[in-house]
Amino acid sequence: MNISRNKVEHLAALARLELSDEEIEKFSHQLTDILNYAEKINQLDTGAVEPTAHAVPLKNVLREDEVKPSLLRETVLANAPDAGEEYFKVPKVIYSS
Amino acid sequence: MAYEAVIGLEVHVQLATKSKLFCGCRTEFANAPNSQVCPVCLGLPGVLPVMNQEALKLALTAATALQCDVLPLNRFARKNYFYPDLPKAYQISQYDEPLAKSGYIDILVNGQSRKIGITRVHIEEDAGKLIHAEEFVDPDKSFVDYNRCGTPLIEIVSEPDMRTPEEAYEYLVVLKQILEYTKISDCNMEEGSLRCDANVSVRPKGTTELGTKAEVKNMNSFRGVRDALTYEIKRQIDTLEEGGRIVQETRLFDSRTKRTDSMRGKEEAHDYRYFPEPDLPPLEIDPEWLTAIRQKMPELPQAKKLRFKQEYSLSDEEVTVLTQNRALADFFEKCTKSYPMAKIVGNWVKGEVLANLSANNQQIEDSRLTPAALVSLLKLIDEGKISGKIAKEVLTEIFATGKSPEKIVEEKGMVQISEEGALTGIIEEVLAANPQPVAEYRAGKTKALGFLVGQIMKASKGQANPGIVNQLLRNKLEV
Repeated sequence: MNISRNKVEHLAALARLELSDEEIEKFSHQLTDILNYAEKINQLDTGAVEPTAHAVPLKNVLREDEVKPSLLRETVLANAPDAGEEYFKVPKVIYSS
Repeated sequence: MAYEAVIGLEVHVQLATKSKLFCGCRTEFANAPNSQVCPVCLGLPGVLPVMNQEALKLALTAATALQCDVLPLNRFARKNYFYPDLPKAYQISQYDEPLAKSGYIDILVNGQSRKIGITRVHIEEDAGKLIHAEEFVDPDKSFVDYNRCGTPLIEIVSEPDMRTPEEAYEYLVVLKQILEYTKISDCNMEEGSLRCDANVSVRPKGTTELGTKAEVKNMNSFRGVRDALTYEIKRQIDTLEEGGRIVQETRLFDSRTKRTDSMRGKEEAHDYRYFPEPDLPPLEIDPEWLTAIRQKMPELPQAKKLRFKQEYSLSDEEVTVLTQNRALADFFEKCTKSYPMAKIVGNWVKGEVLANLSANNQQIEDSRLTPAALVSLLKLIDEGKISGKIAKEVLTEIFATGKSPEKIVEEKGMVQISEEGALTGIIEEVLAANPQPVAEYRAGKTKALGFLVGQIMKASKGQANPGIVNQLLRNKLEV
């Protein structure tokens, strides 16, 4: 498997990362190497193995519909890079996806 | 060329739980910003979401009411995207193993019944709310309120089975009614507890291949959905007729101009990189849960309509009005238990009761009118104690004060005068005061009788029994 420069750029855009030319080149090789390493698993026949989404065999972990205290707004906003008027402030965005 | 539209709807519904989907924060609407958040719904490091079992029960009830097949194994997935309304940078949703698939609802359009397929129903958490209002001083910033973040939703995705804006409208009406009857959601569109997006495309009539679709968003009422679809279908047909082509895109509806406009920019194809949510174990749906849900399922709107029609011999129109919501239907039925003349109850409920509710901007369950009070009122009419006209005034008074009809009638001295002695006095006064009409009547102009009855009613402040007045008046005039 080969991770092209285009693919790296796409991933960077999705992750909101700005990469330099050299970084794109470097990550393209590194990601390709990582995936090729992981490819080794395909040498085994895993047809009869259930896909594992969880390490522990738990199911149906549920809680009662009970209201618990929320945090104080002061605490909520304490670590925000920008806040005011009881809100988090972020660079202006136009419409949600 | 003749075209037909192909419409599918995605409806998000807020489940009526007290607490959020994966944490104990309140779900109430309109509390102070960022006052209903905790480390779980803020996505702080090291927290663990735990599923709300009431949300699961409501979602399963919805799936069952919508005739879906519930999947025996349910998994949650992370839908990854960066946006400020999503503090974790992913939304916990369901992807390839949703709650339920393959349901349907029946709708009636222009007297024709249509089955609209439901592709799937899945559970997911809501995102926060972004505010760009001008009133905030900082024009370069958006403001984020995370109160709504983590609120339990189900998304109901229809098949592209609708062909007209009217069908889409009707689908929403029926869907909302089912969700309200089963108390899954309050379906309040203004508060965002029911939201709808539409996928729409057009194709030459008679062909089966799907055209390129546009996704239309930002509609905040059912009428808005209908208007947006009407505009969008025409726009697509016009584009094709002029030799253009339809671009797959998201378009926003503007309720003022009733137009849709391309949401330009941000056209990077969605790439949500779904993967199984490692923090939540799967749900294995116990068939006994579903049996219990089926046993507790209230009568659904369609079944109720049918039963009302047969049991109470009501017309389609009457039944539609009386079953428009479960509380009103229950109110009607409770009245008929102690006052079996269903037609009369039905007329009052769909006429005067609804008029008063609408005047007070109330729902029946918030009003002061009880079934017992309406029944007492109807009995007062039957006993000749008050006229139908007075009864309407008494009803309005019940809505205002919550007093019993008997008490209102007594306090306001509204009792109908049926007693001959009392009426004769009033009639004689009126006849003495109106010699002209009396003479006219006697000369054969029977129209004058109506005028005289009116005068007598007026003199009695509306309390005279009109039937008896008529009788007595004729006797007097024809001496």
